[in-house]
Amino acid sequence: MGESALSERQHPYDDEIVKKFVVATVFWAMAAMSVGALLALQLAWWPANMGIPQLTFGRLRPIHTNGVVFAFTANFVFAGIYYSTQRLLKVRMYSDLMSRIHFWGWQGMLVTTVVSLMMGHTQSKEYAEMIWPIDVAIAVFFLTFAFNFALTIKNRKVEHLYVALWFYISFVITIPVLHVVNNLVVPANLFRSYPVYAGMTDALVQWWYGHNAVGFLLTTPILGLMYYFLPKAAERPVYSYRLSIIHFWALVFMYIWAGPHHLLYSALPDWAQTLGMVFSVMLLAPSWGGMLNGLLTLRGAWDRVRTDHVLKFMVVAVSFYGMSTFEGPMMSIRAVSALSHYTNWVVGHVHSGALGWVGMMGFGTLYWLVPRLWHKPLHSDSLATTHFWMATVGVVLYTVAMWGAGLTEGLMWRAIDDAGQLQYPIFVQIVAELEPFYWVRLIGGSIYLCGVFVMAYNFTRTVWAPEPVGAVIPQPAK
Amino acid sequence: MEEHWHRRLLEGRSGLFAALTTVAISIGGLVEIVPMFTVGHGHDAVMPEPYTPLEVAGRDIYVREGCMVCHSQMVRPFRDETLRYGEWSHAAEYSWDRPFLLGSRRIGPDLHRVGGKYPDAWHYEHMKDPRSTSPGSIMPTYDWLIDWKIDPVDVQQSLVALNRLGTPYTEEQLTNTEAALRVDADPIVESMKAAEIEVEWDDEIVAITAYLQRLGTDRPSLHKEDSP
Repeated sequence: MGESALSERQHPYDDEIVKKFVVATVFWAMAAMSVGALLALQLAWWPANMGIPQLTFGRLRPIHTNGVVFAFTANFVFAGIYYSTQRLLKVRMYSDLMSRIHFWGWQGMLVTTVVSLMMGHTQSKEYAEMIWPIDVAIAVFFLTFAFNFALTIKNRKVEHLYVALWFYISFVITIPVLHVVNNLVVPANLFRSYPVYAGMTDALVQWWYGHNAVGFLLTTPILGLMYYFLPKAAERPVYSYRLSIIHFWALVFMYIWAGPHHLLYSALPDWAQTLGMVFSVMLLAPSWGGMLNGLLTLRGAWDRVRTDHVLKFMVVAVSFYGMSTFEGPMMSIRAVSALSHYTNWVVGHVHSGALGWVGMMGFGTLYWLVPRLWHKPLHSDSLATTHFWMATVGVVLYTVAMWGAGLTEGLMWRAIDDAGQLQYPIFVQIVAELEPFYWVRLIGGSIYLCGVFVMAYNFTRTVWAPEPVGAVIPQPAK
Repeated sequence: MEEHWHRRLLEGRSGLFAALTTVAISIGGLVEIVPMFTVGHGHDAVMPEPYTPLEVAGRDIYVREGCMVCHSQMVRPFRDETLRYGEWSHAAEYSWDRPFLLGSRRIGPDLHRVGGKYPDAWHYEHMKDPRSTSPGSIMPTYDWLIDWKIDPVDVQQSLVALNRLGTPYTEEQLTNTEAALRVDADPIVESMKAAEIEVEWDDEIVAITAYLQRLGTDRPSLHKEDSP
């Protein structure tokens, strides 16, 4: 059609920055999930800690979690936002330079994070382990992105802001707020600092941050991407505009309250625990609003899910979103938390969200983007389908293993015998029961990880393939 | 699509939209967090003593090695937990905890009541080889804690920062940190010597042992017995 060249002249979007973030996403997915597999091995077989301080579980675990959150997920979110924002607003990003500062600054921050965490420099607060100089860098580079994004909106050629952009806006506003408030510290030296909050206040601020990192980095921007890419891939308009308005405002308002569900039965004041629990349960409604809007967008296009791997990934992603946003509110009920808290059940819940929802949405989006960005047909559709099945089987094995492990340890910890004494007084006795589950989890996680390597291979062959002659090339959106 | 009022008034106005989003995401946090600065720790609270310089050094090691990744420090008010660990945890006990170290996972047991549970020498053996004291443990070995040394200058920097945040340290502790460290280290060195273990005052194992032995010894019930 020659439409691609034409549209590039009409709408000179910056797709080079999208490509950069796509490459970074694939790289960090492999890196962060490989560390996860090593951690899984260390739990099943402790000698895998290798007696090397930098490679022990305690130091590697934050590299895995931050790698998945700030490297894999954030890079994927940035790629999707740079691609879709320009098209939704019919204008190029405000500043190419700011985009590049954002990209290289972010990757530099990530590498520094990996090195410093291995060296044991940590603030210890989950997903906020980075030491204060890195926190400053995160703020600087994220705000660079935020200004670029805001000025692009200001320059827009389309007055109305599409649903996806609302979710991006909530992400751009909330992340700096969370990051700054949770990382207010007094430095002792370049590598160490102490938070301005102490004790239970520090705990509450941390989990306000921690839960909303899930809410505003792993959920809202990805819902925004769902609102852009799912209708594109399905070639159907979003099911309900009204539902998207209701669930957007309800979601961003309610999410922020839910943090204390991480501190149920702790020394946090009861009223705060109750607020956290109530809002967590209520969150089910706006979460499922988003899930239903996504799934119902496919009305009349379900036959295409059989053949289109982009839709396959996205349908499973949205289904996992529905599953984990049901499980989460249930686990936030005090009586359930009493059993699930501190156990592998929580780990399973996190991974059904991260591997199922975030990962699958990421892969679906990448499979949509790569052929369009590099103007080449995907190297192999069957490898993409293989990846889909590896990811699905992997996440199911993972989640089921962690349910089993979590229930086992939770029930054994609390078991009381007829004499009123602990039935399993020796802690390591319970640890030993978990070993089979840890192996199954390692297998499930490794299958999922291998799927990512298959995807990376498929993309590499796609990008490095010679210029196609006469092939049907998917066109980028206008 | 038919024209809705919010479409004109809100979704076409990015500044207003962003402002309302900011309001929506601020309310919950403000309502939950701000009162924490005013409620204090409850009426029956007994403020514990601040961590000693040696305990601060040990706590920094605890954080560096990521102990909180596998061990919680929060005993919940359940029968099984009080049987297994001891008295449940109270907010006041965390008064000097910067950062808080409640943890979120019990790959290993809770440590909030571990202080005084074992002799000093037990911690030495346990860090050197966890399986020597806890057969079947999956904890990594931490034998480098026996070889590595704490640096008094480093600890001093920590004390100054904590002092700036309101933790009361004496001028003596802040200026002659090494002496303050030695004072607390000597009894641990002696108790290990009695168990035929040779350690020096500035070995990291001494600092981490000091911290672990302190944990949970501020429980209110103990203070109630002490008080007249």
